[in-house]
Amino acid sequence: MAASGLRALVGVKRVIDYAVKVRVKPDKTGVVTDGVKHSMNPFCEIAVEEAVRLKEKKLVSEVIVVSCGPQQCQETIRTALAMGADRGMHVEIPPKDYENLGPFQVAKILAALAKKEGVNLVLLGKQAIDDDCNQTGQMTAALLDWPQGTFASEVTVDGEHLTVEREIDGGLETVQLKLPAVVTADLRLNEPRYATLPNIMKAKKKKIDVMKASDLGVELTSRVKVLSVEDPPQREAGVKVESVDALVAKLKESGHI
Amino acid sequence: ISKLKGFISPCSIFVRALLLQRFQSTLVIAEHTTESLTPITLNAISAAKCLGGEVSCLVAGTNCDKVAQELCKVQGVAKILVAQHDAYKGLLPEELTPLILATQKQFNYTHICAGASAFGKGLLPRVAAKLDVAPISDIIEIKSPDTFVRTIYAGNAVCTVKCDEKVKVFSVRGTSFDAAPISGGSAALEKVSAPSPVGQSEWVEQKLSKSDRPELTSAKVVVSGGRGLKSGDNFKLLYDLADQLHAAGKKTRLLIGQRLLLLAPELYIAVGISGAIQHLAGMKDSKTIVAINKDPEAPIFQVADYGLVADLFKVVPELTEALKKK
Repeated sequence: MAASGLRALVGVKRVIDYAVKVRVKPDKTGVVTDGVKHSMNPFCEIAVEEAVRLKEKKLVSEVIVVSCGPQQCQETIRTALAMGADRGMHVEIPPKDYENLGPFQVAKILAALAKKEGVNLVLLGKQAIDDDCNQTGQMTAALLDWPQGTFASEVTVDGEHLTVEREIDGGLETVQLKLPAVVTADLRLNEPRYATLPNIMKAKKKKIDVMKASDLGVELTSRVKVLSVEDPPQREAGVKVESVDALVAKLKESGHI
Repeated sequence: ISKLKGFISPCSIFVRALLLQRFQSTLVIAEHTTESLTPITLNAISAAKCLGGEVSCLVAGTNCDKVAQELCKVQGVAKILVAQHDAYKGLLPEELTPLILATQKQFNYTHICAGASAFGKGLLPRVAAKLDVAPISDIIEIKSPDTFVRTIYAGNAVCTVKCDEKVKVFSVRGTSFDAAPISGGSAALEKVSAPSPVGQSEWVEQKLSKSDRPELTSAKVVVSGGRGLKSGDNFKLLYDLADQLHAAGKKTRLLIGQRLLLLAPELYIAVGISGAIQHLAGMKDSKTIVAINKDPEAPIFQVADYGLVADLFKVVPELTEALKKK
């Protein structure tokens, strides 16, 4: 397999914008999403950017972007198309099922699409900033029996191998993976570009295929149920100290120094 | 009578533990560097003990002797499973997953867990998918053997989930569970055979930060500087402070203008930071927060346990000096 023949599938998720302060619903079933600004998950933007860069280096021939969720996900897919992805796929999930849609179901959809489209590289963000799961990439790799390069800060295509530098606790680690492979992007992988107006216009002409999970043979049932979503415990108001000595005394008292 | 009471009560706890033991058994995947056990494994063992059943630990690696000996003495671990093979170099998930699946097939655990480090987060979802179950990430509390608490939206909401999977696979936030004591244990050692290598990935090298400062997420103390410091040169003030805390036997790390990072150290010192939403979200799980800021209205004071309204250029060197004398 020549490296130039690589085809990439990039998963993107529509989430509440990272700068928005989320509010928990009074009935404790989740957080308020209606009327709240949504954007592409920041780690997904990095994954799209990396795929587009690989295409610009002629290492990847086609970038397919996919999102699972309600109708509005198509805006997220359009954003990725405006950044340079070639075509989109929207796996439409009915609102009722979307509430219970977890990384495992998404991984099953991605694995089915990867097989169907014959891609040899799946690029994802390392985690979504709403559920903070950090699971989808690893689970997709498992379902495909492909190697995984998680928390990538550098990706190099090298013939039939990928060299991935990973961010681990305490530093960096380099692994070499046999293609096909799954890579999840960390914050330091790249600086995503902004879509220019001409590219946004061009993206409107690119194709988005819409399908259902059942078209891919994926069952959406989940055995993990959310019992409640609550505000985190409020920190008790602290005290103001008058001097450095008073601060040191307090820290000694509480055993911190 | 009081003597009798004292005798009966631990006894009944013991009986209850025995009853639970029949239903629960947990496998903790040990993280290590060959030379020593990674501390977060001890927090994961504590979490496993909360479940009430028997706790086993799996050590895989190219050379497991040292770590297995260390683990034998950890309180609360009944059995250490040791798998030694050259394929486990770098503890790659592609190689460890088949081993864990084989171990699961043999012993039928109800729970499989590890610390929520880069290692645990990389490995467990792969294991879970192969077991056809959905995993739970980064738990902060165990309510019952099937009910877990975790944070979502960067700590801005707390979510309780019930997991009805046949095997519960979860990663444990290290700072939410105390470390299991590293003495007093007497676990049995058992060798498990390694499945044949998968060979689709290869560990090449590791570049750990040369700094003796620990990784942010495992640091006991984090000293963080914001815009109030004005220029990069002034961060020297914070390095000096961090050095003193480090000298005091605490793992200390310096943080400069990061976002999307979740920290929960024992002590978080915010210097010249006003406390924007994104910033507060990442650090408000810290045990104790100290804020040094000259603006008494800065939002950081609403979450700080100890606040000092003062010019940081004056008080930070004073604090460093005071710690030197200690």
